[in-house]
Amino acid sequence: MSKPGEYENISADTFLRGLWEENPVFVMLLGMCPALAVTNSAINAISMGLATTFVLVMSSSLISIFRNFIPKQVRIVAYIVIIATFVTIVDYLIQAISLDLYNALGAFIQLIVANCVILGRAESYASRQKLGATVVNSFGSGIGFTLALLSMGAVREILGAGALFGVSIMPAGFEPWVVMVLPPGGFFVLGCWLILFAWDKKRKQEKIGAASGGCSVGGHA
Amino acid sequence: MSESIPVVNVDEEQVLSPDVTVPAPPSFAMFRTLAVIAMLSGLFVVLVVQWAAPYIAANKKAATEAAVFNVVPGASASQTFTFEGGELAVAPEGATGSLVYGGYDGQGKLVGVAIPGVATGYAGPVYVMFGYSPEKEAVIKYQILTMTETPGLGDKVVTDENFLANFDHLVAKLNDAGTALAHAIVTVPNKSKQHPWEIDAISGATITSKAVGNAINSAAQQMVPVINRQLAFIKKVGIETEGAK
Repeated sequence: MSKPGEYENISADTFLRGLWEENPVFVMLLGMCPALAVTNSAINAISMGLATTFVLVMSSSLISIFRNFIPKQVRIVAYIVIIATFVTIVDYLIQAISLDLYNALGAFIQLIVANCVILGRAESYASRQKLGATVVNSFGSGIGFTLALLSMGAVREILGAGALFGVSIMPAGFEPWVVMVLPPGGFFVLGCWLILFAWDKKRKQEKIGAASGGCSVGGHA
Repeated sequence: MSESIPVVNVDEEQVLSPDVTVPAPPSFAMFRTLAVIAMLSGLFVVLVVQWAAPYIAANKKAATEAAVFNVVPGASASQTFTFEGGELAVAPEGATGSLVYGGYDGQGKLVGVAIPGVATGYAGPVYVMFGYSPEKEAVIKYQILTMTETPGLGDKVVTDENFLANFDHLVAKLNDAGTALAHAIVTVPNKSKQHPWEIDAISGATITSKAVGNAINSAAQQMVPVINRQLAFIKKVGIETEGAK
């Protein structure tokens, strides 16, 4: 994508890329650890996604501001310090907002430091682009990450607990599939989503191959 | 750019000829960058911690108080006591360590004492809190504080009504000397409860049921004798603090 010295103009694509084409979880397969671990309910998934988005946007912005000031040799150290700062901030914010949520997310808040979605954005985008484009792009990636986590968390909560956001939605006779809220359920659901994305990609390529140039490729969920 | 420069240059020449590679920045630049970033991040973190600390303390206090009122039904005020050197004392604000909580009603009368306990379950420590009534000489209710037991199996100890019924009146009577429980609280296999100091385990969640029993037993063995010895003191604190209102 972007090369050193080339600045990207902000467009809708700057934002949307992170949602679909370069979705951190389903396409780039980054940040697997929180994607598998804290998606046992929709609310956990969305909280984790938003916490990560906050850290992503804030640290990318700071890195983008300092991009000409950070020598190449110490860039990783500098990125990690910046990311760790915002993770600590998020950690305290969540404790101040809700202890229940803090307990549910457990160690995975602190582990945002090691989330490769964030370090990946810092290295491949924020360190090369202007502040505006960086904010838009990293926000897109963060929302893409949040949506990916939510789509896993929703499936797992509906099947594993018969509820969505804690509200029971399945008929009374529904027996919850307990395995879905256990770790193996995370792998099953992730696998199913990846199949869907792979199938969609293949279908698009075939379409382009068949009708060369003619028809437009619509989004498909 | 690099048309005529031999690749086998030695170090001194590389420093002199600017075209070869990007020269390493002086250590000062790296030092300056890291120092500035570290100072900025320190500043941010301190600001946020300063702002959040009172909210976090309030959240923690509310969570503890909610647990105390839950396991001591009828209580509307609580007082924290520290347990140090075999004696209970009124805890200062923000005390840590071994704590018990007195639960009092509106008139400052002692309803029960909430005692936290911990034991190892199937997937990690199981933290519980239970209410002990000195009047009834029994555990009157219990709840899980935190645990990581398997959803759908171990976590039945939170919801299973038959299991929870064990704790409506779980006898925790002292022996004649007042040094320990007359009968240790034990978890017995499902549907084999015979004595009022036994806990009927949940079938399929035996290990977690046992952890709950162990946590209650070890905490009760330690705290119940002390609570009974200092009962007058615990009652007096409640009347003093509530009566003043």
